[in-house]
Amino acid sequence: MGSGAEERGIGAGFDSAMAAALVVGLRQSFASGRTRSHEWRAAQLKGIARMIDEKESAIMAALHEDLAKPQMESYLHEISLAKAACTFALKEMKRWMTPEKVPTSLTTFPSSAKIISEPLGVVLVISAWNYPFLLAIDPVIGALVAGNAVVLKPSEVAPATSYFFAKVLPEYIDNSCVKIVEGSIPETTALLEQKWDKIFYTGNGKVGSIVMAAAAKHLTPVALELGGKCPVLVDSSVDVKVAAKRIAVGKWGCNNGQACIAPDYILTTKSFAPTLVDAMKRTLEKFYGKDPLESADLSRIVNSNHFKRLTSLLDDENVSSTIVYGGQRDEQHLKIAPTLLLDVPHDSSIMKEEIFGPFLPIVTFDEVEDCIDFINSKSKPLAAYLFTKDRKLEDQFVKTVSAGGMLINDVALHLANPHLPFGGVGDSGIGAYHGKFSFDVFSHKKAVLSRGFGGEAPARYPPYTPQKQRILRGLINGSIIALLLAILGFPRD
Amino acid sequence: MTPCRVPIPLLAFPSRGELVPEPLGVVLIFASWNFPIGVSLEPLIGAIAAGNAIVLKPSELAPASSNFLANSVSKYLDSMLVKVVPGGPDVGQMLLDQKWDKIFFTGSSRVARTVMAAAAKHLTPVAVELGGKSPAIFDSLGSPRDRKVAVERIVGAKWVSCAGQACIGVDYVLVEEQFAPVLIDQLKATLEKFYPGLDCLSRIINEQHFQRLTNLIKDPSVAATIIHGGSLDSETLFIEPTILLDPPLDADIMNEEIFGPLLPIITLKKIEDSIEFIRARPKPLVIYAFTKDEKLKSRITAETSSGSLTFNDTMVQFACDELPFGGVGGSGFGQYHGKFSFDLFSHTKPVLRRSFLLDFTFRYPPWDAWKLPFMRSVYHFDYLALLLRVLGLKRR
Repeated sequence: MGSGAEERGIGAGFDSAMAAALVVGLRQSFASGRTRSHEWRAAQLKGIARMIDEKESAIMAALHEDLAKPQMESYLHEISLAKAACTFALKEMKRWMTPEKVPTSLTTFPSSAKIISEPLGVVLVISAWNYPFLLAIDPVIGALVAGNAVVLKPSEVAPATSYFFAKVLPEYIDNSCVKIVEGSIPETTALLEQKWDKIFYTGNGKVGSIVMAAAAKHLTPVALELGGKCPVLVDSSVDVKVAAKRIAVGKWGCNNGQACIAPDYILTTKSFAPTLVDAMKRTLEKFYGKDPLESADLSRIVNSNHFKRLTSLLDDENVSSTIVYGGQRDEQHLKIAPTLLLDVPHDSSIMKEEIFGPFLPIVTFDEVEDCIDFINSKSKPLAAYLFTKDRKLEDQFVKTVSAGGMLINDVALHLANPHLPFGGVGDSGIGAYHGKFSFDVFSHKKAVLSRGFGGEAPARYPPYTPQKQRILRGLINGSIIALLLAILGFPRD
Repeated sequence: MTPCRVPIPLLAFPSRGELVPEPLGVVLIFASWNFPIGVSLEPLIGAIAAGNAIVLKPSELAPASSNFLANSVSKYLDSMLVKVVPGGPDVGQMLLDQKWDKIFFTGSSRVARTVMAAAAKHLTPVAVELGGKSPAIFDSLGSPRDRKVAVERIVGAKWVSCAGQACIGVDYVLVEEQFAPVLIDQLKATLEKFYPGLDCLSRIINEQHFQRLTNLIKDPSVAATIIHGGSLDSETLFIEPTILLDPPLDADIMNEEIFGPLLPIITLKKIEDSIEFIRARPKPLVIYAFTKDEKLKSRITAETSSGSLTFNDTMVQFACDELPFGGVGGSGFGQYHGKFSFDLFSHTKPVLRRSFLLDFTFRYPPWDAWKLPFMRSVYHFDYLALLLRVLGLKRR
């Protein structure tokens, strides 16, 4: 592995005491108030945007080292999205930071009320390996625009990108308030023992559970961006060429299937399956040629652990016998070709676990309704996709399928829209971000009510009498007469 | 419940985006004992409005209210979807072993940790409404009438609220030492007016809490600071309204949430010192500040953090449905009341709809050399460059 994780002694010596000292230092920085101003926050975002511009080739090189990620994907899915997050936040920040006035009711007349967004304080961001640049910097951008101090723990499974953050990010932001801690399980555990004001974790459900359990000791709120099996339901009323292309680019064009929102499996009717499979095969050949292992447009599998995990999904003969396209692999270079499987057994591992790789099972049913039932029999995914021209089916899908996010007639795009919250539900996660949702997920919405000394209601206080009760009921129910009586000082002493 | 449309960048044309709220599913609500009906029904209402099925576990420390809820809910609500399960910690634990779509807890931090740890096993989102030491900053107010009103409101937030057993009650008061005598006199006068006898005062919920409160003032160095009240009746579980002046800051009474009818007054050299005093302690559920000084108000707003902040009154922020109610830091997380309740018990699902029209080939592999610069133009919203590229007039 390139960047010399062992030589750098990655995380060596970073223990609980060091983690505690780190948090203490950050609390002092935060308490100084420097993160609160619009100027400070804008400076951090501009710094990150500058870093993305100036170091684009270094970022692409790191992503290529970690994942053999094609330049196009690095640009489309990591660099441009991170840059857009900075730009959007810079543009909207003042508006987000402005207190929101809210109406008050007759019950508290006269009064004025507003909701003020304030930073939570010192937050921890733990990132994932598959989009190692974006999934680290995007939540950090949210934390900074909300005025927090941040510790970023990039994934050690993508060491080149992790190293990039440790070495380069400090040159562009305020180091007294933003820290990067490299490392793996011991370092993450040391960090999780500390008390944070929020923990934002991207990764798998097993570790998500551990993060939340650690957070529970300090009653720290968490946001967990997890995964799941994202289904794609395709009915026969589609433009199958376009559908196949969009599914393919959403699957193999996203880190060769190693993406939380990549299609995990397809559902379609028995009658339409042959048409769809045919279109998929043609598309795959057009995209990646006759020898996909040679294509420069496919990411490799991130490491040998995941390579073994994936290939073992095909160990079951009942599964491998359903391969209708692809299946080639190169263990030395950690490459697996796009693979289609038709009608795998529903109880096989490949249909129970999140695949996170280049296998795409297609399961078929007699009716489209059966497909929807199948989706609902599994835990709620991060994204659910439907390809159809049938408006009724669309409405039924939206009403009856729950998922983090939903896309009709396309795949993955919703994550690029800053007006849509991005996050899971159920097993696919807790909390959402992107755009203003990032600002909100790292903020506390403080309710501020201002009253004066007029408008006092003696009815509030003991000794309690039936007359007081009547006036109070009236006040609470918004009765003007009760309000008048109260203002006039009834009942009198 | 109506989905709301969201703007879509031109790049994703043509497409339509909207946010569709949906229920989370089956939720569990734990209620506390101090406002046993209110704190049960308020989240219940939110969960129902959002379309969920619910199990409510009322507090066993308020058995009459618990039974009332168990009997009434089935009469007035759909008992297939709204269930009340009364019981103690063992029942609570059995419920926590199940997988829920959300857990809403009102109560103490100690139990909240158990609830969240159980939720972590199933990745269940939680909202925890806790307490803390909510201070009242008492600035000099000039007019005696304003002082009278202010002190009545403080008394209202201490003894009138379930004898101090309220999460948004005033836990302690901060005042400049020169004004302490005026404050104390007004407090005593108000107490006399409100409580000629003790029949309008709530008792302590049970012996365990009575003992806990007794222990808070048992320490001689604390007992010595009592300037009003202090008598306790272990038979009737009544504690007289009690005021303490400057108890030791390291005593339990100044480090734990009191949740009872004992009111410490802490004096400061300057009222502005109250900001530092509050910041040095865990974030409370609410900060109350009685002041007409706009500068002080701004400083308190900007430099302290709490679930809510209320100027010149107490408790009423609870009745404002347009304001989110909940804690931050040690006082909890997750907010409710009004639409915030609906949102808390919903999943806001983004739905993006596209059509098959207009498919851009440069999205797809193979990613030839010309596609990346093309995409850059697209992402920079550089429509001119885009046009030139499409026309073949720009290569690099």
